[in-house]
Order: sequence, then C-alpha cells, then structure tokens
Amino acid sequence: MSATSAPGAVSTAPSKKSGDTGRQNGGKQPRSLKRVLVYVLLSLGLLIMSAPFLWMALSAFKTTNELTASPPVWIPTEWTLDNFRNLLDKLDLPLYFMNSVIVAVLVTVSNLVFCSMLGYALAKLRFAGRNKIFGLVLGALMVPGNLMLLPLFVLMSKMGLIDSYAGLVLPFAAGAFGVFLMRQFMQSIPDELLEAARMDGAGEWYIFWRIVMPLVKPALATLSIFTFLGSWNNFVWPLIATNDPDKYTLPVALATFATDPNKAGGSNGMLMAGSFLIVLPVLVVFIALQRHFTQGIATAGMK
Amino acid sequence: MSTTTGKAAQPAKVQAGPGTTVSPAAGPKGSRSRRKPSMGVQNMAGWLFSTPFLVLFLVFMAVPIIATLVMSFTDFGLRNVTHPLDANFIGFENYTKLFSDEKFLKSLFNTAYFVVIGVPLTIFLGLVVAVLLNNGIDRARTFFRVGFYAPVVTTIVAVAVVWRFVLDPSDGLVAGLFSEVGLTAPDFLGSEKLAMPSMIAMAVWRNLGTVMVLFIAGLQAIPTEVREAARLDGANIWQEFKGITVPLLRPTLLYATVITTIGYLNVFEEPFVMTQGGPSDSTLTVSLNMYREGFNFFHMGYASAMAYVLFVVIMGITVLQLRLLKDNTK
Repeated sequence: MSATSAPGAVSTAPSKKSGDTGRQNGGKQPRSLKRVLVYVLLSLGLLIMSAPFLWMALSAFKTTNELTASPPVWIPTEWTLDNFRNLLDKLDLPLYFMNSVIVAVLVTVSNLVFCSMLGYALAKLRFAGRNKIFGLVLGALMVPGNLMLLPLFVLMSKMGLIDSYAGLVLPFAAGAFGVFLMRQFMQSIPDELLEAARMDGAGEWYIFWRIVMPLVKPALATLSIFTFLGSWNNFVWPLIATNDPDKYTLPVALATFATDPNKAGGSNGMLMAGSFLIVLPVLVVFIALQRHFTQGIATAGMK
Repeated sequence: MSTTTGKAAQPAKVQAGPGTTVSPAAGPKGSRSRRKPSMGVQNMAGWLFSTPFLVLFLVFMAVPIIATLVMSFTDFGLRNVTHPLDANFIGFENYTKLFSDEKFLKSLFNTAYFVVIGVPLTIFLGLVVAVLLNNGIDRARTFFRVGFYAPVVTTIVAVAVVWRFVLDPSDGLVAGLFSEVGLTAPDFLGSEKLAMPSMIAMAVWRNLGTVMVLFIAGLQAIPTEVREAARLDGANIWQEFKGITVPLLRPTLLYATVITTIGYLNVFEEPFVMTQGGPSDSTLTVSLNMYREGFNFFHMGYASAMAYVLFVVIMGITVLQLRLLKDNTK
C-alpha cells in the first residue's frame, strides 16, 4: 500500500515540503499514514463529542418501554412524540420560550447600541479620561458575575423589578466584552474618513450612526450572536430574579423541572424532549452562522 | 497596541488639568495641534457616548461590587432585603466563621479539585484537537471544527440534564455501553468518588471547543517559514512541536488558561442540575454553596464573604498565571 499511495501524497503536497519530510524519514509513506491516523483520531473524538447529543435526540423519541429496556435500545423501533406531548402538558414551554426570546432580544439590542457607542468613543474620540474608562472596561472583563448577585438581588427587590423583564435585562444591558470587541473593530476604520466627515460639518452622532456603524456590520453580527446566546443560556441571574413561574426563562424552567422529583416524575424521556427543544434552535443557528462564532472568539482572544 | 495608548495618554493627561475647555492647554504635541478647535467638541462627545455604559456599569456592577464587600462585614439577613440599612456590622466574624466552616472548606476543596484536574485536561485536549486539525486536514476541517465546538454554544442547563441521563446507572448511555460488553456501570453521580470526575468530564467536553478555536487561530498565526526552517534543520515532528509550536503559542496558552480557570472556579450549573452538590457534599462548589447560603437560607452577609473569598482567589490565581506564563517568554 505504501508504495502506491506515496506518490499520490507527494503530488498533492507542496513539492519542497514533501522533499524534506521524505529525506529525513527515509521513506514517503509516513505522510499519508499520518493523514489517515489524524482522520481516525478526529472522527473518534467527534463521535465522543456528539454522543450526548445523539443520545438526547434519540431518547426524546423513544417510548417509555424502550427508554428503560435492558439490553438498551439504541435506535427507537417505534418513534413517538409522547414525550413532547407529556412535557407540554406539564410545562408551558411556549411561554418560557417567549420570555427567553424577549429578554435575549432586549439584551442584544441594548448591547449593540451602548457597547458600540462606548467602543466608538474609545477607538476614535480623544477625550479626557478615555484611558481610565478603557481601564474600567478591561477590569470589568475580569470580574466574575457571581460577585454581584447578592446586592443585585437586594437592589432589584427594592426597585420592585423582581419578576420583571427589566430586572432580567438591565444587569446585562451593556457588557464589557461588547465594548472591547467593538473598540477593536472600530480602530481599523481610517481616521481620514471621519476627519473628512467632520470637515463637512457632520456631528459625532451622525458620523457614528451613518458612517461608523455601517462599516462595522460584521462585528455587530458577531456581537449579536454572542450576546443573544449568552442571554439565551444564562441561568444564575434569571434563577434568582424570578419567583413567579410565569416569568421563568427556558433554562430556569427546565432546571426547576429537572431537579423537582415531583414534577419530572422520573421521566427521562420528557427531560430529553425538553433539552432537545432548547438545544436544537441553538445548534441550528450555530451551524448556520458558525463562521462568525470562531472569528469572534479568535478576535477577542488575539487582542 | 501599547504605543497607541501611550501616545493618547499624553494629551489626555494634559487636558485633565485645570480648565478642561481652555484650548491652549491642549495638544502641544506637534502634528495634532492643528485640530485644536475640535478637541472640546470631542471631549463632550466622548463623555456623551460613554454615559449609557458608565451609568449601567455604575449601578449594576461598581455599586454591587462594593456593596458585596460591605455586606460581608454585616449580619445581612432576610429582613434586610427590605431594610438593607438595618444590618449590623459584625467586623470579620463572617470571615473567621468561614474558615472553621467544614462545609465551606469542603466546597473550596471541591472547586480546587475541579480546576486543578479540569483546566489542564481541557487545555491539553483542546490543543491536541487544534494541532490535529491544523495538520493535513483540509477538506473536512470546518465539519470537525463545528462538531468539536458545538457543545460550547448549547445551554448548559440542558446539557447538564442530558449528561445526568447519559450517566444514569440503569438507563443511561454509559450503562448501556457497559452492559453491551457484559459489565455493570457504576452509579457515577451517586458515588462520592466518581461524582466529581464525572462532572469534570462533562466540563472538558463542553469547553474543549473554546480552547480549540483559540489554538487554531494561534497556530495559523505561526508563519510557515518558521516551520520550514526548522524542518530544513532536521527537526522531527516532536521537536518542531516543542521548539516552535508551544513557545509561539504561549500568548494563546496564557489567554486560554486564564479564561478556562476563571470559568471553572465559578462552576455552578453542573452541580446544581446534576447532583445538587451531593452525594454528601462531594460536588458542592463555592458558587453553589454561596447560592444556597444567600438565596435558600438568606444568610446574605455570610454568602457575601464567600463571594469575596472566591473573588480574591480568582484574582490571585489570574495574576499568578499571568506572571508564570509571561516570564517564560522572555
């Protein structure tokens, strides 16, 4: 095998590289062998990574008999929607879904506006105190959210915002990560462009909305995805800031259901159906927009 | 980056002096002085653009950070939620109590266990996957990258519910695999010894993707010329990895380690959903302990002290990591 496959491997690889590898290894087969090994290892890893998702998806459609069968039934022989029906009887999922969407949309919009505003000021405006504010933003990036929970709860109780959308949105309305991301992107806008607009008598607000914002659309897309997802997946604060079950977000509703033995009734089928409904939209959006995710992380990490 | 902030710092400092709007004080540094007239406008605009963030930051972050510190020196309880100012100062009592509280010490130990095993595993496996994806894979690269990254974006509560079922001793995925080969699976989450390792496995599974993406970006930033030069000098794969990849990835390694460590030190959702801290507190983490003390028992002063201890630990470890990993690059 090595003799026949080696020439193929050499011809696809850049000529100088393959020459070097060939020389030091005394033969040419390691390159293609290595490639096969890499694919095998990665496929194995991917199988392990996706196993819990597959298990969740398959289990959600199993009957109670097949869920508890031993030896286990891997692929359901009769697909059923009973788990979803039973779950919807017990949990008002459309309501929690709406709560999650409303909170996530509000958080995302306010982050897009406020983080971009400060990002623009930090990147393109020279004003007294700018560096201090940037230091503040960097400091805020490091503070763990759990540190603020207790007084935030007291504050929200005093303001009467427990069980309200405002209470769920306000603490996340302008994140330091967003400011940082927008500043990094806006720095690459040429100063000459803004100077020219200023010469023409444009105000800073006009420049910001009409010139800068359209230029940073990719960054805005990245920020929206991350903020929306962060809010969608957020758990601790909604858990604390809601007492009324009608105000629960999806994760809070699922966690409360899953940890209350009376409600779940020990039905793993229902829980898998619930997880499936929460995870599926996120996965679909992620796969559709995956480029933005990896770019966003890499950008934030490199700077 | 350091040069630009340095330059910007000079005019800013000059302006911060008496009479911010008086232009003669501003911009004495050469080329920029031409734009003197617009400086005042930018000062105003700068602050106006900063205001929304600053107000939100002040009310929902700065004040609560200080308030947590103040609360940690009081006996803040349930009745103080409506009357915060009635709480009594009790000095360092909460803190001294913490360090003789066996439950807290156990949660501190559990969190350390989670971090010390979980972070290196996550970093190592993330690096391995990134290196594999960067070596000879071109066709299916996006496919693999999406697959390894997918757990990162999914809702942690839902994922924890799924893992609880995956590890279920009678009907779970792992139990099923065990029974296929004629073995009986242990009760992972019901065992004091296995519950924490199970949770670490889940955390590694969920966070490996973030580390992988960071490392892929870092690997791609290494110029191919450097690698080729090493190969010309006769370096083998391992030597190339050790001598080129790892040193040049150090900034990425630093960043990945710091963010993973901070995330793991705050671990909360996994034990909350999967074990509720059990069995016999073997998966009780500091964050979960704090949540219970604060919001189940309303010992809010005491919980605030916990929050600060955790915060100080996080800051200390972050600074330490920055030192350790940075000095080596010199």
